[in-house]
Amino acid sequence: MSRDDEHTATDLSHLRGGEAPRNHDARTIAALTANPGCARRGVMDAAAVDKDAVARHLGFGAPFGQSQFAITRGNAFEAQVKADGCAELLALLRDRLGLDVPEVAYDDLESVGTESREVRHARTRHLMARALETGAGTLFDHPLLRLDIAGQRAYLEPDVIAFQLGGRFHVVEVKSFAVVDGQAEPEQVAAAARQSAVYVLALRELVEGLGHDPERVSHEVFLVCPENFSNRPTATPLDVRPQLAVVKRQLARLTRAEDIARRLPEGLTFALDEGLPEAVRAVEARYAPECMASCEMALFCRDEARACGATGTLGRNVRDELGGVDSVVTALELARGVREPSEDMAETAEQLRIAARLRREALGSGGERSAEQPLVGAQAPRGATDVLERTA
Amino acid sequence: MSTLTALAQLEALATGRAQPVATVRHCHLSEKPLVMIPLKLAGEAAAPLATMLGTDRDAPELLVVPQPRNRDLRFAYAAELAKAVLAHVEAERGATETLEPSKDGEERFRYERAPQIVVPNRGGVGFLRLLGRSTRFRSTEGPWAVDPAVPMLGRWLTWYADRNDRPGSSLLLTLTETLRLHWATGQSSLEDGNLGALMGWIDPPDGMDGPSAAARAEDPVACPPAGPTTDPTFDNEVLAPAIAAYDESGGAPRAEERVRAAVASQLRPTWDLAWRALDLLRALPEGASVPRRWERDRDSFTYFHREFAENPPQAKLDDAVRAARRLHDLERSQESYEAQRAFDDPLVMAEQRLAGQAFGGVVTAADPTRLDESGKRPKLRPHLWIRTEDPVRLDEGATVVNAARPGLKGRIVEIDGGDVLLELTGGMGRKLTPEAGVVPEPGLEVVFTSRTSDSWGAAKFPERDDTPWTHGGPPAEYEPADEDATEVWS
Repeated sequence: MSRDDEHTATDLSHLRGGEAPRNHDARTIAALTANPGCARRGVMDAAAVDKDAVARHLGFGAPFGQSQFAITRGNAFEAQVKADGCAELLALLRDRLGLDVPEVAYDDLESVGTESREVRHARTRHLMARALETGAGTLFDHPLLRLDIAGQRAYLEPDVIAFQLGGRFHVVEVKSFAVVDGQAEPEQVAAAARQSAVYVLALRELVEGLGHDPERVSHEVFLVCPENFSNRPTATPLDVRPQLAVVKRQLARLTRAEDIARRLPEGLTFALDEGLPEAVRAVEARYAPECMASCEMALFCRDEARACGATGTLGRNVRDELGGVDSVVTALELARGVREPSEDMAETAEQLRIAARLRREALGSGGERSAEQPLVGAQAPRGATDVLERTA
Repeated sequence: MSTLTALAQLEALATGRAQPVATVRHCHLSEKPLVMIPLKLAGEAAAPLATMLGTDRDAPELLVVPQPRNRDLRFAYAAELAKAVLAHVEAERGATETLEPSKDGEERFRYERAPQIVVPNRGGVGFLRLLGRSTRFRSTEGPWAVDPAVPMLGRWLTWYADRNDRPGSSLLLTLTETLRLHWATGQSSLEDGNLGALMGWIDPPDGMDGPSAAARAEDPVACPPAGPTTDPTFDNEVLAPAIAAYDESGGAPRAEERVRAAVASQLRPTWDLAWRALDLLRALPEGASVPRRWERDRDSFTYFHREFAENPPQAKLDDAVRAARRLHDLERSQESYEAQRAFDDPLVMAEQRLAGQAFGGVVTAADPTRLDESGKRPKLRPHLWIRTEDPVRLDEGATVVNAARPGLKGRIVEIDGGDVLLELTGGMGRKLTPEAGVVPEPGLEVVFTSRTSDSWGAAKFPERDDTPWTHGGPPAEYEPADEDATEVWS
């Protein structure tokens, strides 16, 4: 692996402390947009720190292990779709989606040997430039893309195909979750759409950099999944405009990693040594349960957030319900009326106090009431209820 | 999510134990529910690996597919599962009650009981739904014939999964959701999805508190996941070698036993956990409107069971009329379920009070025999003054009902700070003096709510054959297709 791109505004690679950089993939970037306010994640990702290794070193290894059954199935499905120059994929696009696909060239841009990321990216650029000039039918597998993330240049190694049809590029994403009777798990489709949007964005940047209209990369992507319970692929067109808008907005809002890095203590690195816990804690995190699905650091951050009694560990909805009161102790004191709320907390404090009184009343009287007097007419003799309802 | 639940979660954190968010049980629990813990093969849509099931906690049955990619073994498993489920259906039917005939004179029946199924989590329901989809169209004759019980299983599972969608139905219960309806923990909903962690907060083992029990439950070695997905490390280190050995041995019984023992080790802890969860739920007093909702479940079961032989398998996608009717039913069930729960449970009613849709307080004065003589005939319209500390967000003129006797209705005349003047309008009998004990006396605690259970009636939908052209016209009749019978299940 080589050093980061020389054009990078501020080189954050020193933060890695000599460890090898980790490339971004769709998952990490799509996940980045899920928690844009997290400085810890922003810095570590911008510096291409291997968060998995860091978490492991801290004793909080992420539970992202994959079953070999799932891997085997995923690989087999992908291989099948891409076999013989993507013959099956092309047949699918022609027959299922009725696209008028002419003869197409297939280029796999997957890394050969020890090529650097720059070389691979240059090759992707070169081939894309040629394809854009001729407009010929083309399939590029594993293009190496680049995207600016929080002021840092990140490389993307998408497991994806860029497919040019009629002068426009489409992203084709192969996923191994099943589409049963035209329906798939909403979360999985949403994740795939978010990832595809990242690719569309990166492809557009590349196309624009080559002096072409970025709109030549379509917002319509093709999702290729197994159909029903079989291994037969099916293709579904997906409009990712909403996800594109979200990703763009979130990337623009990302806390700028270099600004954060500038405020870090001198000489701080995320090297895997005894200084690691302190170094990690020096960068503030914003933990939410959603992190568990996407960030290798989640277990460490959760532990940290729990230890300092942050309401965020209960979920965003709870935090919202508490009107932004961050601390469990503060919220409980407000509820018990033993803490004078600041002006901006007055409304939340009032809600909490009423909630506490209502809970006390309901729980205090619950037992007696159910014993002596039924809560509802239904426990009373049937006739009595009927009288009430008839005359209503 | 409300501030009340949020507060309960904070209290759970402060005490290290889950806190109640209900004072009664809001679901029906049969005496003999069929507990099912399905496992599937990772990476596949609905490839069954194993299921532990039974109605006796001391004698679970274990069905295993020793090579989950083998189609024959899979159908053999489906046939075994079918026998267990169908036996449960027949055993839990009970006698047939004859009801009063319907308005158009049709005979009506209802089974005394209904077969309840309990699974650990939502994933379990999703798996049963897909298993139903992949088996209900199978043909029992011709070259791809399967055991006749297999498509029957598919239809029952599809029906169960559909009932699970209905708010308030107890036919197919998921333990995590049911427990969460009654307790709040000091962790997020994501972590509550782990049955072990959730149970850790509600009922930690001796010498442990909620957080430590939940932390232990997150270790897949100490507490295997409740399925249907298995722990990846278990897959890679235990299951895969066992399956490979089974393949190599050519299906030898000893090799099969090894696979069975492996999956049993993953299922047994969840099995015990599931029964403990049922114990906890059973210990709660049943909500007053639970029997009424269970009656609807029994109606649905009776209808499905009696029409089973005549009807084709459920369609892959609902036709227009069915879809519209279903959506309408779901919305109505949701509304009445929420209202009924509030009437049954002061802690749920507290949510409405906090939101200002209901209010509770002490009756400060009452005029129980007040008459409204402005019309031709005098009407009984008692006045009631209630002092409340609740944040009432109702308009003057709003209709409210009494939480303890929903038949007693009233109208808000005036709200002056914490004092509400109510005019009672119904539910006091037919005479010009109220029936004894109906109008609350001064000093009594009362709660009135603006949310009632049956605020909108059932809509009429066209018959299937009268589907209007705007909705594609009448849908085609179901014809068994070879395509369905031969559908790959790999």
